[in-house]
Amino acid sequence: MANFLSTPHPKERRIIFENISKPGYAPDISTYLTHGGYESLRKALAMKPSEIIDAVKAANLRGRGGAGFPCGTKWSFIKYDDGKPHYIVVNGDESEPGTFKDRYILHQDPHQLIEGLAISAFATNTHLAYIYIRCEFPHAARIVWNAIKEARAKGFLGKNILGSGFDLDIFVHQGAGAYICGEETSLLESLEGKRPYPRIKPPYFPAVLGLYMKPTIVNNVETLCHVKHIIRLGAAEYAKMGTPGDGGTRTMCVSGDVMRPGTYELPCGAVTLRELIFDVCGGLKPGRSLKAVIPGGSSAKVMRADETYKLKVKGPDGTMTEKEIPMLDVVMDASTLQSVGTMIGSAGVMVLDDTRDMLWALNNLNQFYAHESCGQCTPCREGSLWMSKMTTRMLSGDTLPADPGNLKNVADNIAGRTVCAFGEACSWPTQSFLDKFPEEFKRVDT
Amino acid sequence: MRTKEKQSNHGMIEMTTRQADRLTPAFEAEADELVSHYPVSKRSASLPLLHFWQNHFGFVDDSGVEWIAAKLDLTPINILELVTFYPWFRREAAGRTVIRVCRTLACAMAGGYEVKEKFCEAVGLDPHSEHHGFGSAPPTTADGKFSVEFVECLASCGSAPVALINDDLVENINASDIPALVEKLK
Ligand SMILES: Cc1cc2nc3c(=O)[nH]c(=O)nc-3n(C[C@H](O)[C@H](O)[C@H](O)COP(=O)(O)O)c2cc1C
Ligand code: SF4
Ligand code: FES
Repeated sequence: MANFLSTPHPKERRIIFENISKPGYAPDISTYLTHGGYESLRKALAMKPSEIIDAVKAANLRGRGGAGFPCGTKWSFIKYDDGKPHYIVVNGDESEPGTFKDRYILHQDPHQLIEGLAISAFATNTHLAYIYIRCEFPHAARIVWNAIKEARAKGFLGKNILGSGFDLDIFVHQGAGAYICGEETSLLESLEGKRPYPRIKPPYFPAVLGLYMKPTIVNNVETLCHVKHIIRLGAAEYAKMGTPGDGGTRTMCVSGDVMRPGTYELPCGAVTLRELIFDVCGGLKPGRSLKAVIPGGSSAKVMRADETYKLKVKGPDGTMTEKEIPMLDVVMDASTLQSVGTMIGSAGVMVLDDTRDMLWALNNLNQFYAHESCGQCTPCREGSLWMSKMTTRMLSGDTLPADPGNLKNVADNIAGRTVCAFGEACSWPTQSFLDKFPEEFKRVDT
Repeated sequence: MRTKEKQSNHGMIEMTTRQADRLTPAFEAEADELVSHYPVSKRSASLPLLHFWQNHFGFVDDSGVEWIAAKLDLTPINILELVTFYPWFRREAAGRTVIRVCRTLACAMAGGYEVKEKFCEAVGLDPHSEHHGFGSAPPTTADGKFSVEFVECLASCGSAPVALINDDLVENINASDIPALVEKLK
């Protein structure tokens, strides 16, 4: 098991991870029921579906899968009474490098997800849902299956749930080792039994033409767990934990060169990068200094330790002033990271210290993207491969003065020219590494 | 029952039978159960049936591709195109124990490349052999006991370096412990 603090760090507020790695906590339904399990579902079934959606909106819940779309807004694209079948597909593909949170929910607290999913299905008039789990989590698939059967036997799933007249069936669907299936439309193709080539948007927005061309919600595992707690705590109480644009808590995954890597659940916007790295994660290894941080999964643009950002801040009198802040003072929430040119993404924070070679690190990521491109669009299929080949060659010492420029040129010609956001995901590392660490890419003719 | 000679990936000639000739009623019943999870479109059962087949037989041969296609009213290419797309599926046998070492950044920073090399050495494989996918089996020892390959991020970067050994995740791997670990797997 990963490195979890046995008692939460004082900055943590464990809601989603309350029971993760807790001694004596098992993934079975009796444990869940003794911890207040399915009480929120009972409460939700007594509400009007529109009230649930309003609560999710008021809670300012943003998706935890990477794109950070407001969850309640996404749900309201589905028209309750349009006479069409609706589907919810849970994204448990968790394959963005640097992200390791959903795995713990799926393995250790599957009923939390099922309860959140059942509430979400009730709110959106959905009667069939699939939980898509990457096949590298074989135990998780069995554990979640078993939990579904338990929940059904107790009347929390199936026909006429708890006497409410509401029906819901859930099935587990396993992936087969392809990162692209985390992209929501690829995931739907995969679930339909086809090659998982992402669909072009528009017109194939899942809420309009989703699974089997019917209105569909795709949500991340963690996002749906939050729904349970919004109902349990009430929207106002939940929202209060975060910032106005980013409610609640967020599980942050920190990996790389820190003393205590791991998953920490923190109120949104509660810590700066400095507090996250030096306080929550116990700092860097002895004698090391910070070089770079990739803040939101491998696709997020890299931040350089000695850079500063100009941020607009609102004064007490309401006027906006510009303030220059060092990189370590950046607050870890969606809007701040966006305003400094990167993203919170999946909150997979990768920390690199001064011993790291940025060309080597970029080459590692480029190999990932070259391997995982689905191959549907020419710029992405060819470009990701070229970027990987170039950095591999450069790393072997065989560099040309034109390399950095060519590398950037390839990346610039992928982003914005592809069917899915993988195009951006694979060009952002190259663009930002070259931009922020130019000196590490010029190592010619010495 | 038809048999044919097949050149396996580790150079031995093995006699293989068509996998589809070895199905039991229990297998068929379980396959039908899987199909029932997809009331709207049975084509959705393609991946579950491929997993089920590969778990049962170790890999998916032509007869498997044809059998699954027939079961779902598809043509074989609809199934074959999945086998050749997804890294998980293979058309040849892998070792009884498959060791999948994470190659991606957090693991690589924590020594993932050395971990893979040490696993290869410990089981007796060339550490630089590569796996190209498209349905081929990962590098496998001649006795058919072990396969070792790199895979991309296993979503356990906080306990890097990690490897998936058959169904089980091994975390915080120390390269020097690998010979003993492999000994236990033998
Ligand atoms: C290349 C790519 C990979 C993605 N991988 C994942 C993933 O592994 N898990 C996930 O939840 N979302 C992933 N996403 C985001 C999904 O497309 C989608 O936005 C998300 O599942 C929506 O759920 P949310 O609104 O609850 O965040 C990925 C997106 C892209 C473009
Ligand atoms: S951008 Fe890349 S991954 Fe996305 S559809 Fe195009 S080729 Fe596939
Ligand atoms: S990088 Fe190895 S598990 Fe994520």
